[in-house]
Amino acid sequence: MSRLPVKKTYKLFIGGAFPRSESGRTFVVDGQNVALASRKDARDAVRAARGAFARWSGATAYNRGQVLYRLAEMMEARAADLAAVSGGRDEVERSIDRVVWYAGWADKLAQALGGANAVAGPYFNFTIPEPTGVVATLAPDEPPLEGLVSRILPALVSGNAVVAVASESSPLAAIELAEAAATSDMPGGALNILTGRKAELAPILAGHADVNAIDLTGANGDVAELERLAAGNVKRIVRGMPAGESLWEIEPLVEMKTVWHPVGV
Amino acid sequence: MAELEPRTDGGLEWTYAPAPESRAIVSFEERYGLYIGGETIEPRSGEWFTSISPASEEPLAEVAQAGPEDVDAAVGAARSGFAAWSELRPAERAKYLFRIARIIQERSRELAVAESLDGGKPIKESRDVDLPLAAAHFFYHAGWADKLEYAFPNRRPQPLGVAAQIIPWNFPLLMLAWKVAPALACGNSVVLKPAETTPLTALLFADVCRQAELPAGAVNIITGDGSTGAELVRHAGIDKVAFTGSTEVGKAIQRELAGRGVPHTLELGGKAANIVFEDCALDQAIEGIVNGIYFNQGHVCCAGSRLLVQESILEPLLGKLRNRLSTLRLGDPLDKNTDIGAINSRAQLDRITELVASGEAEGAELYQPACELPERGFWFPPTVFTNVAQSFRIAQEEIFGPVLSVMTFRTPAEAVDKANNTAYGLSAGVWTEKGSRILWMADRLRAGVVWANTFNRFDPASPFGGYKESGFGREGGRHGLEAYLRFEG
Repeated sequence: MSRLPVKKTYKLFIGGAFPRSESGRTFVVDGQNVALASRKDARDAVRAARGAFARWSGATAYNRGQVLYRLAEMMEARAADLAAVSGGRDEVERSIDRVVWYAGWADKLAQALGGANAVAGPYFNFTIPEPTGVVATLAPDEPPLEGLVSRILPALVSGNAVVAVASESSPLAAIELAEAAATSDMPGGALNILTGRKAELAPILAGHADVNAIDLTGANGDVAELERLAAGNVKRIVRGMPAGESLWEIEPLVEMKTVWHPVGV
Repeated sequence: MAELEPRTDGGLEWTYAPAPESRAIVSFEERYGLYIGGETIEPRSGEWFTSISPASEEPLAEVAQAGPEDVDAAVGAARSGFAAWSELRPAERAKYLFRIARIIQERSRELAVAESLDGGKPIKESRDVDLPLAAAHFFYHAGWADKLEYAFPNRRPQPLGVAAQIIPWNFPLLMLAWKVAPALACGNSVVLKPAETTPLTALLFADVCRQAELPAGAVNIITGDGSTGAELVRHAGIDKVAFTGSTEVGKAIQRELAGRGVPHTLELGGKAANIVFEDCALDQAIEGIVNGIYFNQGHVCCAGSRLLVQESILEPLLGKLRNRLSTLRLGDPLDKNTDIGAINSRAQLDRITELVASGEAEGAELYQPACELPERGFWFPPTVFTNVAQSFRIAQEEIFGPVLSVMTFRTPAEAVDKANNTAYGLSAGVWTEKGSRILWMADRLRAGVVWANTFNRFDPASPFGGYKESGFGREGGRHGLEAYLRFEG
């Protein structure tokens, strides 16, 4: 006997919840109605990210690593669903392995990127990496899942809170990923995902005064204008590998903090 | 020179005798051309301006105003210079930098006197801080020049090319060292634009380069006002921009570079909180507060310009602070007893005056110790504002002068919230005898440098730079090298 399947509604991922666009707009991709995020959705996502930043960055590195590893576990469980809306099984496996690879960096960044500094005086002086803050990420259009994972994991692993704009041509993989993230113990708001038009959303995020860095790897069109907007609050501008893994993808999204203390009796 | 009231100790009335450092050790030329391609040349613009001493308003020397053609010539010379400099064996580059460090040490007093004359800072600061640190920066980076592959294993570091470097007037020679030393160590050539009001030590540095027999074109120095800097940033032939200065100009530079793919590092303004807990060593904290905001007349991007005091010790702290301020000596920058020198320029004095007036208008309470100001030159007395709200301009805007805004807090969490409540994030200070609290605070302060039980310490091995609108990139340490390299691996 045939059964009518229950189909999914593809919505945004903001503050750990799955709202529709406040604008009520959708666009059609592969026969699915996908939320078309608005300016207000983007601002709500930034606010959610800012709200989650203290908790996510304040977690121990070990804890953050475990949460990201759990994201990989949740993706593995959804591998078939992810494959159906991305480039397929190979892309999903690469993506899961990439999440695991980055998860393992969480408690090693301080040693890899920081250190003690031999200053000429009676002071103890050390430098440690800290997350930059709220990072806006324009994910590459292709590959839709691996591209998104490759850009958001380097930001998340150090404790940044992320607002990502999904692949415009293939946004369904991003929402599948959001559903995995929602069950990964990541605090709501640490990762937010918008689907919609980059031409509409990118300038809003580039010009937003509470976004500390913007990843333009997946930007389409006029990057110069986005960079001009980013200068409004001295945003860090990042471009990296659309699909790859490296410690040097993490480094542009951390700040180096140096602490001095006198040595004496 | 301004005299304080005679001081009375044990019934004896006494005052300081003048103790001027001799200025005979410096002889400025009447006129300085541009230093391009290892030669001193007349500006094609045909324009000159006068650099004056802010303490006396006397003219010190005429300096070239570089125009677009001059900028083009400097970038061209740096391009040729880059070819030669970057192909030198790294160990040879290192030795040139060691030479420069040594020559700066040898000519240290001359350069210190020149710095105090041209910029107005007290000789004891230029002599004991600016010059030793400038030499140390070259010495430190000299050692990196042939060890870059150890700093960045498997990444195959390469120089960027021609570095355009624009520096401010508060630490002219030290900022030159912060920019030039890492750029050269990494194999780049340099076009340096010193600040309009303090060009002279950079021009003396050109002579240091000559004495070191630095290959022609590795360092080029062009003087001028903001238009020269803007022209340099606009030039299509540059491969890197390094800027230290105001956040406003930093944003303009970032906008100008939008879409051009030119890497840049910005070290911009600050509004640092210096946070004093009730369990601090109070006398040490007082010294740290005074050093934090009155060092170099407060012309310091990382100055501790917002004093956050735990409420329970506000009154005793203010009493001690007022006492300490009454002992500060303001006057002749070349006097070895001077604590507070001249404000760098009339424009800066006007800005400080305007912001202080805004503080009074917004309702803050002003305190200044009895302090006679010299008749000529640009001066501003050490100033403390109490009764300051976080929204006041004097609590939000960088004053870049000897003006302290005092606020209070009750809990560590409130101190963190208030400290982080600006668009800046360059530095912060914490004063407490409790170690766990220092580390808790250091974790939460969104600032690139945290000084605990000290303030305004600098070292070439210690990375320096800001969070948020205080800019990006670091100067000093291994981290500072990255600003002058690209990686093939």
